Amino acid sequence: MEAAFADATFPTVIEPDPPAPRQWSRGVPVDVTIEHVVKAFAETPALHDVSLKIEAGELVALLGPSGSGKTTLLRVLAGLEFPTSGRVLFGGEDALGLSVQERHIGFVFQSYALFKSMKVFDNIAFGLTARPARTRPSRAKIRDRVLELLDLVQLTGLENRYPTQLSGGQRQRVALARALAIEPRILLLDEPFGALDAKVRRDLRRWLREIHEQTGHTTVFVTHDQEEAVELADRIVVLNRGKIEQIGSPDEIYDRPASPFVASFIGESSALPVRIEDGRLFLDDRPIEIGATGKDGPRTLVFRPHDVELPGARPGGIAGRIIAERRHGASRRLDVEIGMRRHRIEIDVPANHPRSNKGDRVSVLPTRWWLFDA
Amino acid sequence: MASGTTWTFRKPSIIPGFGLAFGFTLTYLSLIVLIPLAALVLMTASLGWPEFWRIASDPRTLAALRLSFGASLAAAGINAVFGLIVAWVLVRYDFPGRRLLDAFVDLPFALPTAVAGIALTALYAPNGWIGSLLAPLGIKVAYTPAGIVIALIFIGLPFVVRTLQPVMEEIDREVEEAAATLGASRFLTFRRIILPTLLPPLLTGFALALARAVGEYGSVIFIAGNIPFVSEIAPLLIVVRLTEFNYPAATAVATLMLLISFALLLAINLIQAWSRRRFGNV
Repeated sequence: MEAAFADATFPTVIEPDPPAPRQWSRGVPVDVTIEHVVKAFAETPALHDVSLKIEAGELVALLGPSGSGKTTLLRVLAGLEFPTSGRVLFGGEDALGLSVQERHIGFVFQSYALFKSMKVFDNIAFGLTARPARTRPSRAKIRDRVLELLDLVQLTGLENRYPTQLSGGQRQRVALARALAIEPRILLLDEPFGALDAKVRRDLRRWLREIHEQTGHTTVFVTHDQEEAVELADRIVVLNRGKIEQIGSPDEIYDRPASPFVASFIGESSALPVRIEDGRLFLDDRPIEIGATGKDGPRTLVFRPHDVELPGARPGGIAGRIIAERRHGASRRLDVEIGMRRHRIEIDVPANHPRSNKGDRVSVLPTRWWLFDA
Repeated sequence: MASGTTWTFRKPSIIPGFGLAFGFTLTYLSLIVLIPLAALVLMTASLGWPEFWRIASDPRTLAALRLSFGASLAAAGINAVFGLIVAWVLVRYDFPGRRLLDAFVDLPFALPTAVAGIALTALYAPNGWIGSLLAPLGIKVAYTPAGIVIALIFIGLPFVVRTLQPVMEEIDREVEEAAATLGASRFLTFRRIILPTLLPPLLTGFALALARAVGEYGSVIFIAGNIPFVSEIAPLLIVVRLTEFNYPAATAVATLMLLISFALLLAINLIQAWSRRRFGNV
């Protein structure tokens, strides 16, 4: 496999030198700059002053719930939507002045959007055969290119099938090969695995990562699946209600969330409304002894279910009642109700932890936590 | 059901009543379609071959058949092109009065065809609104084959528009966007992506418009002028023979029409089956 790609025509950023002569020179990966992009409410979710810089060859995830504007942002990059204001640069060149056709990007849709009336071969070749005669590669070159891509997406031998004769995973790979055929400057994927079942999704995820390493395209993909974003991306951009909540590596996002939203959206977390008084942390009128300090005022205490200990009779824990218990992966999860206002939190205890009864009292002490201004 | 025979049925679905529904369908089709048509063929058969051939090869019969099918094919072809445009505009564009225009498309269905014929004749007659404009140019529409084609276009349009509309609405926007990201212009996208998808319903609409046009009588006889050998359509020739009490001749012409229509529709169906296979099951 590796040897087969060493002499391929893909531009590669992994090999530092010398830059091999490229047949499709327009395919050099570029960096992308998004400056103060605003998209006022229309048929699509809005964007409010979004700025972002994507390095050449980087694999970036746009992560957020539905309606967060992540797909709108991707479509703005593609030229399928136009922002109300702001700038988009591809490698320093203004992209907003270019039509979709001129932007030279590869776009993969969640619904595959394959051409049903064409065989797999013609689907992949479309971007090349659609070129004006002056710049169109010869038939032999197109054929070589398509067969090479079929090999890359591991669909060799299926070139004469129609899209309806393929499985969902195979269709999405054809869609990716079709996008790669034009040697795009940027590869954009809109929930590429959203319509596939869990197993196929995991396989394709790993495989997309490999393809990215081989081809080195600047890649932006949209997902609402935090697991997918964490596993695939170099950097994750978390979007919520048209705004960027946080940009960072998967580690940064997971370990140092910038807001309660990020903490709850990436990984699981519980949040409690607390306040600081005289340098001590209180939930309602009970102190929580986790060593939090700061200015007086209301805060939100956020922690992950597995970052807790049960101090037993030791004071300073968050006292509550167990209202449900269930198996959760390698551990056992307890739903705990806290205080008079019945806040709910989730905590994980080892699977061999003694079984508890509904209504049992428990004291919880977060070992790792974040405090956000409420 | 099929025991003891070599017939095979598609496996009945879980919905009960297959036998009943199948039996009903056969009986119904026999009563409504097959028996009358069989009577027609039987009546013709009583003529005997030489007599049938004499009527069939009569120059007046041939001229009428040629005109009927020629005008119908022309009208269906024109409807296929312009019906496609009308359907496209109605589906793709939003403009004031779109719903109203959409409703107009059905009018040829609802209007008594004789009314349509009279209205068209009044318009295209040499002293009519349009006819008087064309007359100085030496173009005659009413009382010529051209008039017949116009009447047939009028009654056939809804068939093409109405069969295309639902398929056009189903066309996935993202497929067109995908083509655009791959560098294809609007025109190329239409030619290579959209048109192949529309081909099967376009053929259906064409076939329906054609079938309707071949059988059309009411609107045509007013505008045609009905001059034997020039503007006399086959259905009219049948009526002429009937009024002459020449029933065998009438049925012979009818049988000929039936045979040609059946052959045409069968051919269109085969092309459709082929295109559906060719373009995958859309």
